[in-house]
Amino acid sequence: MDKVMDIKEAIKDIRDGDTLMIGGFMANGAPEKLIDALIEQGVKDITLISSDTGMITTGSGKLIARKLIKKLYASHIGTNKETGRQMNEGETDVELVPQGTLAERIRAGGYGLGGFLTETGVGTLVEEGKQKITVEGVEYLLETPLTADYALIHAAKADRNGNLVYQGSTNNFSNVMASAAKVTIVEADEVVENGELDPNFVHTPGVFVNRIVDGGAVNG
Amino acid sequence: MDKHEIQEFIAKRVAKELEHGSIVNLGIGLPTKVANYIPDDIEVLFQSENGFVGLGPSQTEETHDPNIVNAGGQPVTIKPGGAFFDSAVSFGIIRGGHVDLTVLGALQVDEKGNIANYMIPGKLVPGMGGAMDLLNGAKNVIVAMQHTAKGNHKILKECNLPLTAQGAVDTIITEMGVIKVTTEGLLLTEINPDFTVEDVQEATEAKLYVDKDLKQMQV
Repeated sequence: MDKVMDIKEAIKDIRDGDTLMIGGFMANGAPEKLIDALIEQGVKDITLISSDTGMITTGSGKLIARKLIKKLYASHIGTNKETGRQMNEGETDVELVPQGTLAERIRAGGYGLGGFLTETGVGTLVEEGKQKITVEGVEYLLETPLTADYALIHAAKADRNGNLVYQGSTNNFSNVMASAAKVTIVEADEVVENGELDPNFVHTPGVFVNRIVDGGAVNG
Repeated sequence: MDKHEIQEFIAKRVAKELEHGSIVNLGIGLPTKVANYIPDDIEVLFQSENGFVGLGPSQTEETHDPNIVNAGGQPVTIKPGGAFFDSAVSFGIIRGGHVDLTVLGALQVDEKGNIANYMIPGKLVPGMGGAMDLLNGAKNVIVAMQHTAKGNHKILKECNLPLTAQGAVDTIITEMGVIKVTTEGLLLTEINPDFTVEDVQEATEAKLYVDKDLKQMQV
């Protein structure tokens, strides 16, 4: 199956009010071209789930800077001053989630789990409003799954079936996000034919990927 | 000592806590400097919570690779024998107790080992990043920080800023000494010979117990 398509085609059904997961850690591994195309297309009132909000000019931070986000789930917003300003002014609803809890909530969403138990956040503001469950004498927080309408992620290589390979530390949230969205859209630096990726070394199996855009970084 | 010298002094002392073969996660800022003082005779594997073990030095022109950053977003290298993985695996490593030691800075620490290091309500709300997971998951937690902030106590009876974790801290290392968090309270085990025990107590809001075998802090 060939999932490769034009960038405008790939994102055209993303609507105002949708929930998006966007990969990248401080914009390392962020799908910059998909984000730019989304800004060009025009979209608003987005619920964004992202590790952090990059910088004002990089990664998911570009959507924050243009005030397109209504609700944000992130673990860190300190590198993008605009996020903090919007939170303090009440313009954007921000839920700060411990980074490991964020990754695992997304994984739970993608892997059919009803949530998970973690000690992270017990005795802190993070426990507010959450169910506490004691198992074998240890108190845990019940953390619920996160899912999205679309995941926008980046990969170094994709084959036409959507099998993905990342480079360096760019994987970060992308692999779990790919599993947790109704539609996962990948910006690949290079698209290769099926069979060119060694199946032993695929990082994200193509079953989680719906659409692929050739980012052109290798064969632009 | 000026601020820079204090930080280097603390980083050197923390480096002596590293054990051969251990997996270590260093926080941003002062803790990152610990990597500069690893003794030659030991090998340590540094974990970077954005997704790898084997964190190496900053990039040079020869090692330039836009795909590798550390948890502060800075360009770094990976050492031979390292491995990349996704954030879920990374925090599985952290929460699962596979990180032997984490070194973090703090705004406040108290005598119960509670730590506040991620927000000042109304002023600074950057988010906790991976700190809550690290504090709960790492087997051993060292807080590396200046003993006071502009003359204000940081080692308190009870933290009054929002906690990052409760009861998580094992050891506090400052320019004045080394303090262990015990069930009885804070135990001063080493002192910088430039200070007296009275000096250290004065700079500490919580009551300090002095180890009967109090040692001089060496770096």
